[in-house]
Amino acid sequence: MDESDTEPPLVVVPGADPSARQLCFAWGPAEVLVCETLFGRAGGSCFRCLSRSPSPSRFWGEGWVGAAARALTGSVAGTGEGAPSSSRVFVVRRDQDIYIQTLRKLFNESHGIFMGLQRSEEELAGKSRKAQLVQVSKNYRSVIRACMEDMHQAAVSTRDSALQGQYSTQVSILSAMELIWNLCEILFVEAAAAGPLLLRLLDWVRLHVCDVDSMVREVLSSESPSKHKLFWNVVDVFVLQGRMDEARHLLSKEASANPTSMNMYKILDDLMKKMPVPSLGNTQTLTELELKWQHWHEECQRYLQDGTFASNPHMESICKILLGDEDAILEKKELMTTWYHFLVTRLLYSHPTVKPLELRFYAQSSIDLFLGGESSPEPLDMILMAAFEFEMHQVIKECSIVLSNWWFVAHLTDLLDHCKLLQSHNLYFGSNMREFLLLEYASGLFSHHSLWQLGVDYFDHCPEYGRVYLELHIERIPLSTEQKALKVLRICEQRQMHEQVRSICKIMAMKALRNNRLGSALSWSIRAKDAAFATLISDRFLKDYCERGCFSDLDLIDNLGPSMLLSDRLTFLGKYREFHRLYGEKRFPEAARLLLTLMTAHIAPCSFWMTLLTDALPLLEQKEVIFSAEQTYELMRCLEDLTAGNPDKQKFQDDDVETTKVEMLRLALARNLARVIVKEGTVERS
Amino acid sequence: MEDVSAKFVSQKISRTRWRPLPAAALQPPDVFATGSWDNEDNRVSIWSAGDLGNAGLNGEYHGEPHLLCDIQHNGDVMDMQFLDQERIVVASSTGTVTIFRHHQNNQTLSANHRWEKAHYHVDQDTSCGGAACTGVVCNNPEIVTVGEDGRINLFRADQKDAVRTIDNADSSTLHAVTFLRTTEILTVNSIGQLKIWDLRQQRNEPSQIFSLAGDRVPLHCVDRHPNQQHIVATGGQDGMLSIWDIRQGTMPVSLLNAHEAEMWEVHFHPSDPDHLFTCSEDGSLWHWDTSTNVSEKPSFLHQGGRSTAYLSHSTINQSVVSAWLSNDPTKDRMEITNLIPNQTLSVNSLDVLGPCLVYGTDAEAIYVNRQLFA
Repeated sequence: MDESDTEPPLVVVPGADPSARQLCFAWGPAEVLVCETLFGRAGGSCFRCLSRSPSPSRFWGEGWVGAAARALTGSVAGTGEGAPSSSRVFVVRRDQDIYIQTLRKLFNESHGIFMGLQRSEEELAGKSRKAQLVQVSKNYRSVIRACMEDMHQAAVSTRDSALQGQYSTQVSILSAMELIWNLCEILFVEAAAAGPLLLRLLDWVRLHVCDVDSMVREVLSSESPSKHKLFWNVVDVFVLQGRMDEARHLLSKEASANPTSMNMYKILDDLMKKMPVPSLGNTQTLTELELKWQHWHEECQRYLQDGTFASNPHMESICKILLGDEDAILEKKELMTTWYHFLVTRLLYSHPTVKPLELRFYAQSSIDLFLGGESSPEPLDMILMAAFEFEMHQVIKECSIVLSNWWFVAHLTDLLDHCKLLQSHNLYFGSNMREFLLLEYASGLFSHHSLWQLGVDYFDHCPEYGRVYLELHIERIPLSTEQKALKVLRICEQRQMHEQVRSICKIMAMKALRNNRLGSALSWSIRAKDAAFATLISDRFLKDYCERGCFSDLDLIDNLGPSMLLSDRLTFLGKYREFHRLYGEKRFPEAARLLLTLMTAHIAPCSFWMTLLTDALPLLEQKEVIFSAEQTYELMRCLEDLTAGNPDKQKFQDDDVETTKVEMLRLALARNLARVIVKEGTVERS
Repeated sequence: MEDVSAKFVSQKISRTRWRPLPAAALQPPDVFATGSWDNEDNRVSIWSAGDLGNAGLNGEYHGEPHLLCDIQHNGDVMDMQFLDQERIVVASSTGTVTIFRHHQNNQTLSANHRWEKAHYHVDQDTSCGGAACTGVVCNNPEIVTVGEDGRINLFRADQKDAVRTIDNADSSTLHAVTFLRTTEILTVNSIGQLKIWDLRQQRNEPSQIFSLAGDRVPLHCVDRHPNQQHIVATGGQDGMLSIWDIRQGTMPVSLLNAHEAEMWEVHFHPSDPDHLFTCSEDGSLWHWDTSTNVSEKPSFLHQGGRSTAYLSHSTINQSVVSAWLSNDPTKDRMEITNLIPNQTLSVNSLDVLGPCLVYGTDAEAIYVNRQLFA
């Protein structure tokens, strides 16, 4: 991955014909839009040139090319339905596997494991930490297996042959993934030492070489297994896989049917029973084992040389296998089916105490012997080979190229990183490999209409670029309902992404405003603490009031509480409504005081002063005197300010209605002043 | 917990509901419905909770839930509720309300009746402009729905048009609705208000408004005590559980700190209201237990006998009055358990019936716990 050693693969967009028209494109974080232009064909096709060109962008250069070989799929977004003149737009997505329904189970379940791993205690030292990591690895594998079973079920139950083929392909991909993961678990995560290493490898082979299982079942379930034509094959399978007890059990049946050769069977049975195997506990040292093994080996050798088994070719070949005779083992090629089975069998009978670092030599010679130059190794073989060579980066690189999803490499790399196995392997881009792969995987999740929620947690665990990626992606989530918006908002708020919080609230407020839901719109802008927008909505409320003479959405405006302080206009709206309430409740002195404050403290916008003054009219005309002398002077000053200092002065004079209003106000103010002087004078004297 | 069975279903679950039991049933519920959201095609599905035939010696149930049937649903499933044994009312984000019928003999689902755009912005007849229907509640044959448009609709299952519509009932979004009495409903909205509406009155105004003081935290869910109708529980955006006594005051009786994020659903246990269940965006599901003394706890739940339940009713009620409405700081009498440790994604819905709990998550899994009180 760290060098551009492979040419970027071609991307075929089904339906787009670069020979007829030039294509143009635009790329986003997760998708590429390709569209046909009006230009006719001139020179080479756009798209091909582009994907051949050396990395024009980060996304294209690394992310896309890594994934492109397998994952680009074209789907027609907007089509002109066959009309030759119309242009079409294709949406090209990179991670095709994301869209497979059954795999969603894999993504969701492994997300839980991933999160558990990130939370797990780093403090646990030595053995318990290793046990913990091995457990995590096993959990991942069991999810793969469960998914494989589901996929298998789906393949069996479907009647659509194309779909069936698709499912079967997925089953084989999943099983390859599990095979690789298991080997990595043994070699890297558990890092089994000489001795136990062989036992683990045997388990690995038994678990994954399943081609012979049906044959074994058939023979074992037949009436008399020993008469079955495949009997010896099954015995061989058991021996090759080191399943001694099962092999001996079968042999004992054959022995009881052939009393004449009983002795021969007994000797072989004895040899198989006595074969020393490494133990998992610390009960014996490697040297002890080697010593015992040497003895046993010599004993086998003796029996073979003195011709004990000469009368029975089957048993003779088993004895040869026990001795680790490569030719004898290779004869059973069909029963082993794979070179890594051959490798493990060979190790079992000739190098049971193989050390991890010696594996590479045996692996190399095994693959050469097994394939015998007839066929070249396939990608899977190369990956396993790299694992045997302890080339972790090579394993990850090959997997990235071959597998059709980012899931595998991202999770495996993360696990290996937690095992502290990936030294800061610096890439020439981004931060490190773990983060790079996690980012790619999570970006794929975000391109999915439903799985985006999983992606968030992956970004969270990318220390360097995770946040930036999240910010870019989260803004592109379509907010179809308020509930979804709330979920996205929660994600942003938890991470203090203020910019995104504001933009989401603004989008929702705009939507509400378009739908004439002023109350909702105001709620959203209050949540975003968006003063400008709150002002805009408050103005709408006031405009509605001026037009209709009553307020809408009283339940909201009456309950603004402290959020009223968000913008001046909102404060005014709340206070103005309060004035109306006080007036309605006939608490005139309080209402009057509030009204005056709205103007003198410049809370009310100037354009609204006339309305406020008009509102003062009925208060001035009340039987009781409400405004004090001082308040009346203030009101007069407000009126004069409005008529004199206002640049719209001209308008007032032109407009008859306005002039009448002003005249009426002046009259009312004068009368009120007269009354109040009399009243205040009277009170003071008494 | 070993008595919980889980199934990954490859769709994000927005609602889970047990099918109500017939009146005389003794066995625990075994069929539930789920609705999905945020998918390209959303589905309403009917599940069997697990194989009853496999019940072990100790009454343990094995086997995960399996799908009986499902049907495509237009838009996100926002809410749903069973109308009766066979019919289920589903609220959609497109504003449509649909009654689906579950044919039990051949295990199929079909749309029985549909009110297109029961909730809408601006104009009902235009091609777009449906507003999400956020809540639905049924009291056969009556169905009440609320939506983002602040509208309240009253339908009857057998009538084509709405019986009653209150336009602009709320200036903000209505999040949930429940029946208080047969003619009264409770709604909660996004500015922290709880409103009571009397459907007999022709006035388009709530008969009472309660509200949270101060921060106007949006309320997302509401449930009423099954026996004592004046006790109401609501859950808010800050994860707070509020208990209200609607006979007095306009503020909640108690505010209980609960989840760290939105509380999506709150449910009193229908037959044992000492127990309350809440679930949240933070991925937790809490069991609130106010039955004061463990030894006094009536054991009818384990035996499933109805007669014992009936006998002990009066005593339960006594304890509940003091439990949910007690204002003194003896909150420690309440036992609270988080039923899901280590969950990370939102638990969107839960439902309890008898000894069984079912819940669904954004991690695309449904969980069934069949021994809640074990």
